[in-house]
Amino acid sequence: MSSKKLNVVLVGNPNTGKTSIFNQLTGLTQKVGNYPGITVDKKQGSCKLSDGTDVIITDLPGTYSINPTSLDESIVLETLLNNESKDYPDLVVVVAEVENIKRNLLLFTQVKDLKIPAILVVNMADQMERKGISLDIPTLEQTLRTKIVLTSARRKEGIDEIKNAIINYKKYDTSSLFKISEKINQAYFDEIQASLRGFSLYKSWLLITQEKHVSFISEASKRIIDKFKIDQEKLKKYQHKETIYRYKYINDVLKKTYSIDRSKGNDLRSRLDKVLTHRVFGYAIFVSILLLMFQSVFDWASLPMDYIDLFFSNLSVWTKEMLPNGVLFDLISEGIIPGVGGIIIFIPQIAILFMFVAVLEETGYMSRVVFLMDKIMRRFGMSGKSVIPLISGTACAIPAIMATRNIGGWKDRLITILVTPFTTCSARLPVYAIIIALIIPEGRVLGVFSLQGLVLMALYVLGFASAIISAFILNSILKVDSKNFFIVEMPNYKLPSVKNILLDVLEKTKAFVLGAGKIILAISIVLWFLASNGSSDFKNAESIVAENPVNKKYSQEELENAIASYKLESSYIGMMGKIIEPAISPLGYDWKIGIALISSFAAREVFVGTLSTIYSVGSEDEGTIKQRMAAEINPATGEKRFNLPAGMSLLVFYAFALQCMGTLAIVKRETKSWKWPMLQLFGMGLLAYVSALITFAILK
Amino acid sequence: MFSKIFNILIHTVADLHRGEKGIIEELSFDEIPLALMEMGCIPGKELTLIQFSPLKDPLYIHVNGSHFAIRRETAERIILVKRLCDEL
Repeated sequence: MSSKKLNVVLVGNPNTGKTSIFNQLTGLTQKVGNYPGITVDKKQGSCKLSDGTDVIITDLPGTYSINPTSLDESIVLETLLNNESKDYPDLVVVVAEVENIKRNLLLFTQVKDLKIPAILVVNMADQMERKGISLDIPTLEQTLRTKIVLTSARRKEGIDEIKNAIINYKKYDTSSLFKISEKINQAYFDEIQASLRGFSLYKSWLLITQEKHVSFISEASKRIIDKFKIDQEKLKKYQHKETIYRYKYINDVLKKTYSIDRSKGNDLRSRLDKVLTHRVFGYAIFVSILLLMFQSVFDWASLPMDYIDLFFSNLSVWTKEMLPNGVLFDLISEGIIPGVGGIIIFIPQIAILFMFVAVLEETGYMSRVVFLMDKIMRRFGMSGKSVIPLISGTACAIPAIMATRNIGGWKDRLITILVTPFTTCSARLPVYAIIIALIIPEGRVLGVFSLQGLVLMALYVLGFASAIISAFILNSILKVDSKNFFIVEMPNYKLPSVKNILLDVLEKTKAFVLGAGKIILAISIVLWFLASNGSSDFKNAESIVAENPVNKKYSQEELENAIASYKLESSYIGMMGKIIEPAISPLGYDWKIGIALISSFAAREVFVGTLSTIYSVGSEDEGTIKQRMAAEINPATGEKRFNLPAGMSLLVFYAFALQCMGTLAIVKRETKSWKWPMLQLFGMGLLAYVSALITFAILK
Repeated sequence: MFSKIFNILIHTVADLHRGEKGIIEELSFDEIPLALMEMGCIPGKELTLIQFSPLKDPLYIHVNGSHFAIRRETAERIILVKRLCDEL
């Protein structure tokens, strides 16, 4: 048993069940990391072979070819070419699917020509009989000079066979399949071979044609590569020839080994497509699925959310009683616990949204949505593929912006990134919930729809509408050069696999909680510090309030409340609120709401927590915060502070403002520039301010 | 005027009706997207138009074992072999 761990990478077309195989091989050992320098998720897991060898398995992004068309796909190229990296594979497992084997083999022949040991996994073998497919494995193994494993990953069939095939990784043939030079131009490729020594011919060819996607080339090799890159026309022509010859080769191979009875098994796809892409039913079904999705997010999540809320408010009270008095303990019970609770409470909603998105993707339905929506989205400068980020944005803008990577054109992608934060993410929900509860009466319209529910729905519509309208404006303003090429595979319909979905939801939720959790934790500590320290007035609050003759008639409890609010006013955060008060009073807010605005600048969900601190309510219980907020009076008018105009103005402000550090950070990483996140921050901030100003002025 | 006559003479994927087939003759791009060929769009191969999107764009096609959607602007550049039997 060797102590060195074996590196195995999974490579394959999207929709081949590659991730199912990864999940079956590695289960809960999976970890998501980053490739150095870029934000593409690196999914790794481990497993043990029957001879005791430990294997690290990496699930590379799905790709149709080794020639990348996106950032995610360039990882595949980089991993397979950089033999000095610690991630360089000892064995490549190419995953193909029985029905699309022809296209899948294109990638296999490319990988094989890199002279890395490679085996071929043909997945979804359980479909063969139903679809009338027969495959002559021994002949195919012989022709492709590889080991072939048949699997049905969802039924867990063939997984042990893959592991056994990995054991023999040293024994596999590593000669190239396809003589690229013979087919295209012998003299030219001989010259490449002679100039770039130490590389296999196909590797040299890829380095020349895909140099911009590869990061590790030495200066010396780069100079040689540049020489070959001069004649771009020729390179393109040869790439096309190469593809044609590869397909010719594959067709010849499959003619001898593969047969499919076309009369069988295609009716599910065509029957479902007829309905799901129908000009009326198609859109009706899509809208119904969206409605179902939002409905479930509220219905299914509300119960666990209540429990989480209760748990954290009890925990906070309990720690306050159990821990001795002291600054550090106050920080725990009043700063950290409510802060962490504020993020944990989103888990049910976010997990449900992630689950829906995962199901839509797994079943193959998402491609049909892209197909239905492309023309419409294009009018607004986006692509059909922008629908996926916009839907995921209702959970959280951060994973949604990461999901824009498979949008081909840079302009489409940039616009989608810029407008995604307008969609109503789950962090806006608690803010909306408490304000709606304050300003909109309960009661029903037409006896069915709850009035408060309708307002919430309207805010969702406002989010989507502002995303679409700003995309339209950006489309006419932005002058970005981008060649856009749209090609979307329409995969077979599949039943979603529970294991795949659960692992996907688990991974994404974990990433969200850890990422956002860090920020919220930091903010709640800073906030707590600013609220519990202040000027000399703050320190002498007890005596100042007690000595004020106006307060003489107060009972003990009233006096304590008066001291608490005086303390807040003279704390650092109170002073900050006072400073911005002139700017926000035209929107209908006072300095206390100002504090909440400042603190939720980095993460909007902090709003409710801050208000609960400000209105000196011990627990996070919304009922009591709500009562306190409802009781607030605006001294200038004698009316309630949270009346309809001020409340609506706040709703509009939160609908538009980009109060999320996580989003800014991810946009910076994905666009590699501070320009775009700053444009979002100030553009959306200005829009929020102006719209809130107008809303308040009209309703006042 | 000339281009109109020219358009009648060439037959592209965008001219197909739903369910109709054709053989690819040529990809007529200034720069042929490699990804299109890698998905299986190769001269000599039979192509089927499966479905139009409700707004007639994109088009859902089947070629060389692959099912995928392309935009009309791309479909217009995939030239099909002129069907002689239609003219006779």
